[in-house]
Amino acid sequence: MPGFANRSLLDIEGLTRADVERILDTAEAFLQVSRRPVRKVPTLRGKTIINLFYEASTRTRTSFELAGKRLSADVINMNVSASSVKKGETLQDTCRTLQAMHPDVIVIRHGASGAPNYVASKIDCSVINAGDGMHAHPTQALLDAFTIRRDKGTLDNLVVTIVGDIAHSRVARSNAHLLKLFDCEVRVVGPRTLLPAAADSLGVRVFDDLKTALDGADVVMVLRIQSERLEGALLPSMREYARTFGIGPRTIAYAKPDAIVMHPGPMNRGVEIESLVADGERSVVLEQVEAGLAVRMALLYLFAGEGAEPPAVGEAD
Amino acid sequence: MSVEILESTSGIEDLTLVGIRRGGVALAARIAEEIAAVEGRSPPVGTVDISLYRDDAATALPNPKIGPSDIPFDVRGRHVVLVDDVLHTGRTVRAAIECLQDHGRPARIWLAALCDRGGRELPIAPDFVGRTIEVDTGRLDVWIDAAGPDRVVLTEGE
Repeated sequence: MPGFANRSLLDIEGLTRADVERILDTAEAFLQVSRRPVRKVPTLRGKTIINLFYEASTRTRTSFELAGKRLSADVINMNVSASSVKKGETLQDTCRTLQAMHPDVIVIRHGASGAPNYVASKIDCSVINAGDGMHAHPTQALLDAFTIRRDKGTLDNLVVTIVGDIAHSRVARSNAHLLKLFDCEVRVVGPRTLLPAAADSLGVRVFDDLKTALDGADVVMVLRIQSERLEGALLPSMREYARTFGIGPRTIAYAKPDAIVMHPGPMNRGVEIESLVADGERSVVLEQVEAGLAVRMALLYLFAGEGAEPPAVGEAD
Repeated sequence: MSVEILESTSGIEDLTLVGIRRGGVALAARIAEEIAAVEGRSPPVGTVDISLYRDDAATALPNPKIGPSDIPFDVRGRHVVLVDDVLHTGRTVRAAIECLQDHGRPARIWLAALCDRGGRELPIAPDFVGRTIEVDTGRLDVWIDAAGPDRVVLTEGE
Protein backbone atom coordinates (compact mmCIF):
# COMPACT_ATOMS: atom_id res chain seq x y z
CA MET A 1 0.00 0.00 0.00
CA PRO A 2 1.46 3.40 -0.88
CA GLY A 3 2.10 5.78 2.00
CA PHE A 4 0.31 9.05 2.55
CA ALA A 5 3.34 11.32 2.71
CA ASN A 6 3.36 14.19 0.26
CA ARG A 7 -0.10 13.24 -0.89
CA SER A 8 -3.10 15.45 -0.36
CA LEU A 9 -6.50 14.66 1.08
CA LEU A 10 -8.88 16.46 -1.25
CA ASP A 11 -11.91 14.18 -1.18
CA ILE A 12 -12.96 10.68 -0.17
CA GLU A 13 -12.91 9.51 -3.81
CA GLY A 14 -9.12 9.62 -3.68
CA LEU A 15 -9.01 7.01 -0.91
CA THR A 16 -9.30 3.24 -1.04
CA ARG A 17 -11.04 1.14 1.55
CA ALA A 18 -7.61 0.12 2.87
CA ASP A 19 -6.59 3.80 3.17
CA VAL A 20 -9.69 4.55 5.23
CA GLU A 21 -9.06 1.58 7.51
CA ARG A 22 -5.46 2.62 8.00
CA ILE A 23 -6.50 6.16 8.96
CA LEU A 24 -9.16 4.92 11.40
CA ASP A 25 -6.79 2.37 12.98
CA THR A 26 -4.17 5.09 13.45
CA ALA A 27 -6.79 7.36 15.01
CA GLU A 28 -7.45 4.72 17.68
CA ALA A 29 -3.90 5.20 18.96
CA PHE A 30 -4.37 8.98 19.06
CA LEU A 31 -7.66 8.75 20.94
CA GLN A 32 -5.68 7.27 23.79
CA VAL A 33 -3.10 10.12 23.72
CA SER A 34 -5.88 12.62 24.45
CA ARG A 35 -6.87 10.71 27.57
CA ARG A 36 -3.45 10.73 29.27
CA PRO A 37 -2.11 13.22 31.86
CA VAL A 38 0.25 14.68 29.22
CA ARG A 39 -1.87 15.02 26.09
CA LYS A 40 0.99 15.69 23.74
CA VAL A 41 3.51 13.63 21.77
CA PRO A 42 6.71 14.92 20.13
CA THR A 43 6.07 13.29 16.75
CA LEU A 44 5.80 16.34 14.48
CA ARG A 45 8.38 18.50 16.22
CA GLY A 46 9.78 20.97 13.71
CA LYS A 47 6.93 20.56 11.22
CA THR A 48 4.80 23.52 10.18
CA ILE A 49 1.05 23.34 9.62
CA ILE A 50 -0.87 26.27 8.18
CA ASN A 51 -4.61 26.47 8.77
CA LEU A 52 -5.94 28.52 5.87
CA PHE A 53 -9.58 29.31 6.50
CA TYR A 54 -11.54 31.35 3.95
CA GLU A 55 -14.83 30.51 5.63
CA ALA A 56 -15.81 31.08 9.22
CA SER A 57 -15.34 27.92 11.21
CA THR A 58 -14.80 27.48 14.90
CA ARG A 59 -14.96 23.78 15.55
CA THR A 60 -13.08 22.44 12.54
CA ARG A 61 -10.33 25.04 12.85
CA THR A 62 -10.00 24.50 16.60
CA SER A 63 -9.93 20.74 16.09
CA PHE A 64 -7.12 20.99 13.52
CA GLU A 65 -5.23 23.50 15.63
CA LEU A 66 -5.37 21.29 18.72
CA ALA A 67 -4.50 18.20 16.68
CA GLY A 68 -1.37 19.89 15.34
CA LYS A 69 -0.36 21.18 18.76
CA ARG A 70 -0.81 17.78 20.41
CA LEU A 71 1.64 16.43 17.84
CA SER A 72 4.12 19.22 18.71
CA ALA A 73 3.92 20.83 15.27
CA ASP A 74 4.00 24.60 14.83
CA VAL A 75 0.49 25.62 13.89
CA ILE A 76 -0.31 28.92 12.21
CA ASN A 77 -3.89 30.05 11.77
CA MET A 78 -4.70 32.32 8.86
CA ASN A 79 -8.22 33.63 8.75
CA VAL A 80 -7.99 34.91 5.26
CA SER A 81 -11.51 36.28 5.13
CA ALA A 82 -10.28 38.87 7.58
CA SER A 83 -7.08 39.82 5.83
CA SER A 84 -5.72 39.39 2.33
CA VAL A 85 -8.95 38.78 0.47
CA LYS A 86 -10.30 42.08 1.69
CA LYS A 87 -7.13 43.64 0.39
CA GLY A 88 -7.69 41.96 -2.97
CA GLU A 89 -5.07 39.20 -2.95
CA THR A 90 -5.78 36.34 -5.34
CA LEU A 91 -5.61 32.70 -4.30
CA GLN A 92 -2.63 32.30 -6.60
CA ASP A 93 -0.66 35.02 -4.84
CA THR A 94 -1.59 33.59 -1.45
CA CYS A 95 -0.25 30.23 -2.64
CA ARG A 96 3.06 31.79 -3.67
CA THR A 97 3.38 33.52 -0.32
CA LEU A 98 2.67 30.31 1.56
CA GLN A 99 5.05 28.30 -0.61
CA ALA A 100 7.81 30.66 0.45
CA MET A 101 7.12 29.73 4.08
CA HIS A 102 7.79 26.03 3.35
CA PRO A 103 4.90 24.49 5.26
CA ASP A 104 4.59 20.71 5.61
CA VAL A 105 0.80 20.67 5.59
CA ILE A 106 -1.81 23.21 4.57
CA VAL A 107 -5.30 22.70 5.92
CA ILE A 108 -7.75 24.68 3.82
CA ARG A 109 -11.40 25.58 4.01
CA HIS A 110 -12.82 27.57 1.14
CA GLY A 111 -16.26 28.59 -0.08
CA ALA A 112 -15.45 27.63 -3.66
CA SER A 113 -15.58 23.97 -4.64
CA GLY A 114 -12.20 22.85 -5.94
CA ALA A 115 -10.09 25.52 -4.22
CA PRO A 116 -8.07 22.89 -2.27
CA ASN A 117 -7.30 21.08 -5.55
CA TYR A 118 -6.00 24.34 -6.98
CA VAL A 119 -3.83 25.00 -3.94
CA ALA A 120 -2.50 21.43 -4.04
CA SER A 121 -1.48 21.92 -7.66
CA LYS A 122 0.38 25.15 -6.83
CA ILE A 123 2.12 24.30 -3.57
CA ASP A 124 4.63 21.55 -2.97
CA CYS A 125 3.24 20.15 0.29
CA SER A 126 0.36 18.04 1.60
CA VAL A 127 -2.99 19.79 1.39
CA ILE A 128 -5.90 18.66 3.57
CA ASN A 129 -9.36 19.78 2.54
CA ALA A 130 -11.30 21.01 5.58
CA GLY A 131 -14.43 21.68 3.51
CA ASP A 132 -14.79 23.33 0.11
CA GLY A 133 -18.05 24.79 -1.15
CA MET A 134 -20.58 22.07 -1.91
CA HIS A 135 -17.87 19.62 -2.94
CA ALA A 136 -16.32 17.67 -0.08
CA HIS A 137 -15.55 17.54 3.63
CA PRO A 138 -13.43 14.40 3.88
CA THR A 139 -12.23 14.84 7.48
CA GLN A 140 -15.85 15.08 8.66
CA ALA A 141 -16.71 11.87 6.83
CA LEU A 142 -13.70 10.12 8.37
CA LEU A 143 -14.55 11.24 11.90
CA ASP A 144 -18.14 10.17 11.36
CA ALA A 145 -16.92 6.76 10.17
CA PHE A 146 -14.65 6.51 13.20
CA THR A 147 -17.56 7.31 15.54
CA ILE A 148 -19.82 4.77 13.83
CA ARG A 149 -17.17 2.05 13.87
CA ARG A 150 -16.52 2.55 17.58
CA ASP A 151 -20.23 2.30 18.36
CA LYS A 152 -21.28 -0.45 15.95
CA GLY A 153 -17.99 -2.37 15.89
CA THR A 154 -17.99 -2.30 12.08
CA LEU A 155 -18.73 -0.11 9.09
CA ASP A 156 -19.84 -2.90 6.80
CA ASN A 157 -23.38 -3.24 5.48
CA LEU A 158 -25.00 -0.65 7.75
CA VAL A 159 -28.11 1.31 6.89
CA VAL A 160 -27.33 5.02 7.20
CA THR A 161 -29.99 7.69 6.72
CA ILE A 162 -28.90 11.27 6.09
CA VAL A 163 -31.61 13.83 6.84
CA GLY A 164 -31.81 17.41 5.66
CA ASP A 165 -30.29 19.66 3.04
CA ILE A 166 -28.59 17.00 0.94
CA ALA A 167 -28.23 19.09 -2.21
CA HIS A 168 -25.97 21.73 -0.67
CA SER A 169 -24.12 19.46 1.74
CA ARG A 170 -20.47 18.54 1.35
CA VAL A 171 -20.84 16.48 4.52
CA ALA A 172 -23.51 14.32 2.91
CA ARG A 173 -21.49 13.87 -0.27
CA SER A 174 -18.30 12.82 1.48
CA ASN A 175 -20.14 10.52 3.86
CA ALA A 176 -21.98 8.85 0.99
CA HIS A 177 -18.71 8.20 -0.85
CA LEU A 178 -17.02 6.78 2.24
CA LEU A 179 -19.91 4.57 3.31
CA LYS A 180 -20.18 3.11 -0.20
CA LEU A 181 -16.64 1.74 0.25
CA PHE A 182 -18.08 -0.41 3.03
CA ASP A 183 -21.22 -1.48 1.16
CA CYS A 184 -23.53 0.51 3.39
CA GLU A 185 -27.04 1.33 2.26
CA VAL A 186 -27.02 5.12 2.20
CA ARG A 187 -30.41 6.82 2.21
CA VAL A 188 -31.10 10.50 1.92
CA VAL A 189 -34.31 12.22 2.90
CA GLY A 190 -35.49 15.83 2.96
CA PRO A 191 -37.74 18.30 1.20
CA ARG A 192 -37.73 17.87 -2.59
CA THR A 193 -36.10 21.25 -3.04
CA LEU A 194 -33.12 20.12 -0.95
CA LEU A 195 -32.53 16.72 -2.53
CA PRO A 196 -29.75 16.38 -5.12
CA ALA A 197 -30.70 16.37 -8.78
CA ALA A 198 -28.28 13.54 -9.59
CA ALA A 199 -28.71 11.25 -6.60
CA ASP A 200 -27.93 8.21 -8.71
CA SER A 201 -24.35 9.30 -9.28
CA LEU A 202 -23.89 9.39 -5.50
CA GLY A 203 -25.23 5.85 -5.24
CA VAL A 204 -27.80 6.72 -2.61
CA ARG A 205 -31.48 5.90 -2.21
CA VAL A 206 -33.70 8.96 -2.19
CA PHE A 207 -36.77 9.23 0.05
CA ASP A 208 -39.23 12.03 0.66
CA ASP A 209 -40.96 10.40 3.59
CA LEU A 210 -39.03 10.42 6.88
CA LYS A 211 -40.72 7.36 8.35
CA THR A 212 -39.85 5.09 5.42
CA ALA A 213 -36.33 6.50 5.22
CA LEU A 214 -35.65 5.76 8.88
CA ASP A 215 -37.14 2.27 8.90
CA GLY A 216 -34.35 -0.14 9.83
CA ALA A 217 -31.65 2.57 10.03
CA ASP A 218 -28.54 1.86 12.14
CA VAL A 219 -27.31 5.43 11.93
CA VAL A 220 -29.20 8.71 11.56
CA MET A 221 -27.12 11.66 10.37
CA VAL A 222 -28.86 14.95 10.88
CA LEU A 223 -27.58 17.85 8.79
CA ARG A 224 -27.66 21.47 9.77
CA ILE A 225 -30.39 23.53 8.14
CA GLN A 226 -28.87 26.82 7.15
CA SER A 227 -31.94 28.84 7.93
CA GLU A 228 -30.30 32.11 6.99
CA ARG A 229 -29.77 30.84 3.45
CA LEU A 230 -32.82 28.68 2.87
CA GLU A 231 -35.85 30.22 4.51
CA GLY A 232 -38.21 31.75 2.03
CA ALA A 233 -36.21 30.54 -0.96
CA LEU A 234 -36.17 26.75 -0.76
CA LEU A 235 -38.10 26.16 2.45
CA PRO A 236 -41.48 27.68 3.30
CA SER A 237 -40.74 27.93 7.03
CA MET A 238 -38.53 26.45 9.71
CA ARG A 239 -41.56 25.34 11.68
CA GLU A 240 -42.85 23.30 8.81
CA TYR A 241 -39.42 21.74 8.30
CA ALA A 242 -39.17 20.85 12.00
CA ARG A 243 -42.59 19.19 11.90
CA THR A 244 -41.90 17.15 8.76
CA PHE A 245 -38.20 16.29 8.95
CA GLY A 246 -37.10 17.24 12.48
CA ILE A 247 -35.58 14.40 14.52
CA GLY A 248 -37.29 14.15 17.88
CA PRO A 249 -38.39 11.39 20.26
CA ARG A 250 -41.37 10.57 18.01
CA THR A 251 -39.50 10.33 14.70
CA ILE A 252 -36.35 8.63 16.01
CA ALA A 253 -38.57 5.70 17.03
CA TYR A 254 -38.85 4.81 13.32
CA ALA A 255 -35.16 3.83 13.27
CA LYS A 256 -33.68 0.70 14.86
CA PRO A 257 -33.82 0.64 18.68
CA ASP A 258 -30.03 0.86 18.88
CA ALA A 259 -29.66 3.50 16.17
CA ILE A 260 -27.25 6.33 16.91
CA VAL A 261 -27.90 9.98 16.07
CA MET A 262 -25.12 12.14 14.63
CA HIS A 263 -24.84 15.83 13.83
CA PRO A 264 -21.79 17.64 12.43
CA GLY A 265 -22.67 20.80 14.36
CA PRO A 266 -23.46 23.50 15.06
CA MET A 267 -27.01 22.35 15.84
CA ASN A 268 -30.21 24.31 15.35
CA ARG A 269 -32.12 22.94 18.30
CA GLY A 270 -35.82 22.83 17.59
CA VAL A 271 -35.30 22.86 13.80
CA GLU A 272 -33.51 19.77 12.50
CA ILE A 273 -33.06 18.17 15.92
CA GLU A 274 -34.90 18.39 19.24
CA SER A 275 -33.00 18.73 22.50
CA LEU A 276 -34.49 15.51 23.85
CA VAL A 277 -32.65 13.63 21.11
CA ALA A 278 -29.56 15.86 20.86
CA ASP A 279 -28.87 15.35 24.57
CA GLY A 280 -30.34 11.86 24.75
CA GLU A 281 -28.60 8.55 25.10
CA ARG A 282 -28.61 7.77 21.39
CA SER A 283 -26.79 10.98 20.55
CA VAL A 284 -23.07 10.62 19.76
CA VAL A 285 -22.55 14.31 19.00
CA LEU A 286 -19.85 14.76 21.66
CA GLU A 287 -18.18 11.49 20.66
CA GLN A 288 -17.95 13.00 17.18
CA VAL A 289 -16.01 15.97 18.56
CA GLU A 290 -13.54 13.69 20.36
CA ALA A 291 -13.28 11.51 17.26
CA GLY A 292 -12.59 14.62 15.18
CA LEU A 293 -9.48 15.39 17.17
CA ALA A 294 -8.17 11.81 17.02
CA VAL A 295 -8.84 11.49 13.28
CA ARG A 296 -7.20 14.84 12.50
CA MET A 297 -4.15 13.88 14.57
CA ALA A 298 -3.97 10.64 12.58
CA LEU A 299 -4.25 12.54 9.28
CA LEU A 300 -1.56 15.07 10.18
CA TYR A 301 0.68 12.25 11.38
CA LEU A 302 0.19 10.21 8.22
CA PHE A 303 0.39 13.10 5.75
CA ALA A 304 3.13 15.17 7.40
CA GLY A 305 5.11 12.67 9.39
CA GLU A 306 5.00 9.41 7.61
CA GLY A 307 8.17 8.82 5.70
CA ALA A 308 8.29 12.43 4.57
CA GLU A 309 11.55 13.09 2.77
CA PRO A 310 13.13 16.49 3.23
CA PRO A 311 12.44 18.63 0.15
CA ALA A 312 15.11 18.80 -2.55
CA VAL A 313 17.41 21.73 -1.98
CA GLY A 314 18.15 24.22 -4.72
CA GLU A 315 15.05 23.55 -6.78
CA ALA A 316 13.31 26.66 -7.99
CA ASP A 317 10.56 27.28 -10.43
CA MET B 1 15.58 -12.34 36.28
CA SER B 2 12.12 -12.19 37.84
CA VAL B 3 13.50 -12.93 41.30
CA GLU B 4 16.22 -10.35 40.80
CA ILE B 5 13.57 -7.77 39.94
CA LEU B 6 11.60 -8.61 43.07
CA GLU B 7 14.69 -8.40 45.29
CA SER B 8 16.08 -5.17 43.87
CA THR B 9 12.96 -3.08 43.53
CA SER B 10 10.65 -1.89 46.24
CA GLY B 11 8.76 -5.17 46.49
CA ILE B 12 5.43 -6.18 45.05
CA GLU B 13 3.47 -3.23 46.53
CA ASP B 14 4.68 -0.51 44.20
CA LEU B 15 6.01 -2.70 41.42
CA THR B 16 4.62 -2.42 37.88
CA LEU B 17 5.84 -3.88 34.59
CA VAL B 18 5.61 -2.14 31.22
CA GLY B 19 6.49 -4.07 28.05
CA ILE B 20 7.81 -2.17 25.05
CA ARG B 21 5.92 -3.03 21.87
CA ARG B 22 6.27 -5.47 20.43
CA GLY B 23 9.00 -7.76 21.72
CA GLY B 24 8.72 -6.69 25.34
CA VAL B 25 5.01 -7.35 25.72
CA ALA B 26 5.10 -11.14 25.95
CA LEU B 27 8.22 -11.00 28.10
CA ALA B 28 6.57 -8.63 30.60
CA ALA B 29 3.61 -11.01 30.85
CA ARG B 30 5.99 -13.93 31.47
CA ILE B 31 7.86 -12.06 34.22
CA ALA B 32 4.54 -11.15 35.83
CA GLU B 33 3.58 -14.85 35.85
CA GLU B 34 6.83 -15.81 37.53
CA ILE B 35 6.48 -13.07 40.12
CA ALA B 36 2.92 -14.24 40.77
CA ALA B 37 4.25 -17.77 41.36
CA VAL B 38 6.50 -16.42 44.13
CA GLU B 39 4.34 -13.69 45.62
CA GLY B 40 0.90 -15.12 45.08
CA ARG B 41 -0.21 -12.13 43.02
CA SER B 42 0.85 -10.43 39.84
CA PRO B 43 2.06 -6.83 39.52
CA PRO B 44 0.08 -4.63 37.08
CA VAL B 45 1.32 -5.00 33.49
CA GLY B 46 1.09 -2.36 30.76
CA THR B 47 2.52 -1.75 27.30
CA VAL B 48 4.03 1.26 25.55
CA ASP B 49 4.17 1.91 21.83
CA ILE B 50 7.09 4.15 20.94
CA SER B 51 6.20 4.98 17.30
CA LEU B 52 5.17 8.52 18.22
CA TYR B 53 8.38 9.09 20.18
CA ARG B 54 10.95 7.82 17.70
CA ASP B 55 13.82 10.22 17.10
CA ASP B 56 13.51 9.34 13.41
CA ALA B 57 9.70 9.65 13.27
CA ALA B 58 9.96 12.11 10.40
CA THR B 59 12.23 10.01 8.22
CA ALA B 60 11.51 6.37 9.07
CA LEU B 61 10.43 4.40 6.04
CA PRO B 62 8.07 2.67 5.99
CA ASN B 63 6.28 3.72 9.10
CA PRO B 64 5.21 0.82 11.29
CA LYS B 65 1.58 0.62 12.23
CA ILE B 66 1.01 2.43 15.52
CA GLY B 67 -0.57 0.44 18.30
CA PRO B 68 -1.99 2.20 21.31
CA SER B 69 0.02 2.43 24.48
CA ASP B 70 -1.93 0.76 27.21
CA ILE B 71 -1.07 1.55 30.80
CA PRO B 72 -4.22 0.76 32.79
CA PHE B 73 -2.82 1.97 36.11
CA ASP B 74 -1.40 5.14 37.61
CA VAL B 75 2.40 5.22 37.29
CA ARG B 76 2.82 8.16 39.64
CA GLY B 77 5.01 7.27 42.60
CA ARG B 78 5.43 3.64 41.50
CA HIS B 79 8.41 1.58 40.52
CA VAL B 80 8.12 0.84 36.82
CA VAL B 81 10.23 -1.84 35.16
CA LEU B 82 10.47 -1.30 31.42
CA VAL B 83 10.79 -4.65 29.68
CA ASP B 84 12.22 -5.34 26.21
CA ASP B 85 13.44 -8.50 24.54
CA VAL B 86 16.64 -7.17 22.94
CA LEU B 87 18.63 -4.15 24.06
CA HIS B 88 20.72 -2.68 21.24
CA THR B 89 21.22 1.03 20.49
CA GLY B 90 19.15 2.24 23.44
CA ARG B 91 17.08 4.53 21.22
CA THR B 92 13.90 2.52 21.76
CA VAL B 93 14.41 2.70 25.52
CA ARG B 94 14.96 6.45 25.35
CA ALA B 95 11.66 6.84 23.53
CA ALA B 96 9.89 4.49 25.95
CA ILE B 97 11.12 6.50 28.95
CA GLU B 98 9.79 9.71 27.40
CA CYS B 99 6.45 8.08 26.63
CA LEU B 100 6.20 6.67 30.14
CA GLN B 101 6.85 10.06 31.69
CA ASP B 102 3.96 11.50 29.71
CA HIS B 103 1.73 9.10 31.64
CA GLY B 104 2.90 10.52 34.97
CA ARG B 105 5.99 10.71 37.16
CA PRO B 106 7.12 7.31 38.41
CA ALA B 107 9.22 7.07 41.58
CA ARG B 108 11.81 5.12 39.61
CA ILE B 109 12.14 3.58 36.17
CA TRP B 110 14.15 0.36 35.81
CA LEU B 111 15.16 -1.46 32.67
CA ALA B 112 15.02 -5.21 32.09
CA ALA B 113 16.19 -6.86 28.85
CA LEU B 114 16.34 -10.54 28.02
CA CYS B 115 19.34 -10.10 25.70
CA ASP B 116 21.89 -7.30 25.70
CA ARG B 117 23.59 -7.33 22.32
CA GLY B 118 25.75 -4.25 22.91
CA GLY B 119 26.14 -1.48 20.34
CA ARG B 120 24.69 1.33 22.47
CA GLU B 121 24.33 4.76 20.84
CA LEU B 122 22.96 6.48 23.94
CA PRO B 123 24.08 6.46 27.58
CA ILE B 124 21.57 3.82 28.68
CA ALA B 125 22.32 0.78 30.86
CA PRO B 126 20.00 -2.07 31.86
CA ASP B 127 19.31 -2.95 35.50
CA PHE B 128 18.37 -6.56 34.77
CA VAL B 129 19.78 -8.65 31.92
CA GLY B 130 19.01 -12.25 31.03
CA ARG B 131 22.05 -12.85 28.85
CA THR B 132 24.70 -10.64 27.29
CA ILE B 133 25.50 -11.61 23.69
CA GLU B 134 27.88 -9.30 21.88
CA VAL B 135 26.71 -9.04 18.28
CA ASP B 136 28.46 -6.76 15.81
CA THR B 137 26.30 -7.39 12.77
CA GLY B 138 23.36 -9.59 11.91
CA ARG B 139 19.98 -10.04 13.52
CA LEU B 140 19.08 -11.27 16.95
CA ASP B 141 15.49 -12.48 17.17
CA VAL B 142 13.67 -13.58 20.28
CA TRP B 143 10.46 -15.60 20.34
CA ILE B 144 8.48 -15.85 23.54
CA ASP B 145 4.89 -16.64 22.79
CA ALA B 146 2.29 -19.31 23.05
CA ALA B 147 2.82 -20.42 19.46
CA GLY B 148 6.07 -22.32 19.98
CA PRO B 149 9.07 -22.97 22.17
CA ASP B 150 11.03 -19.99 23.49
CA ARG B 151 14.07 -19.36 21.36
CA VAL B 152 16.75 -16.79 20.62
CA VAL B 153 18.12 -16.90 17.08
CA LEU B 154 21.22 -15.14 15.81
CA THR B 155 21.28 -14.65 12.02
CA GLU B 156 24.60 -13.69 10.45
CA GLY B 157 24.38 -10.77 8.07
CA GLU B 158 26.17 -7.73 6.86
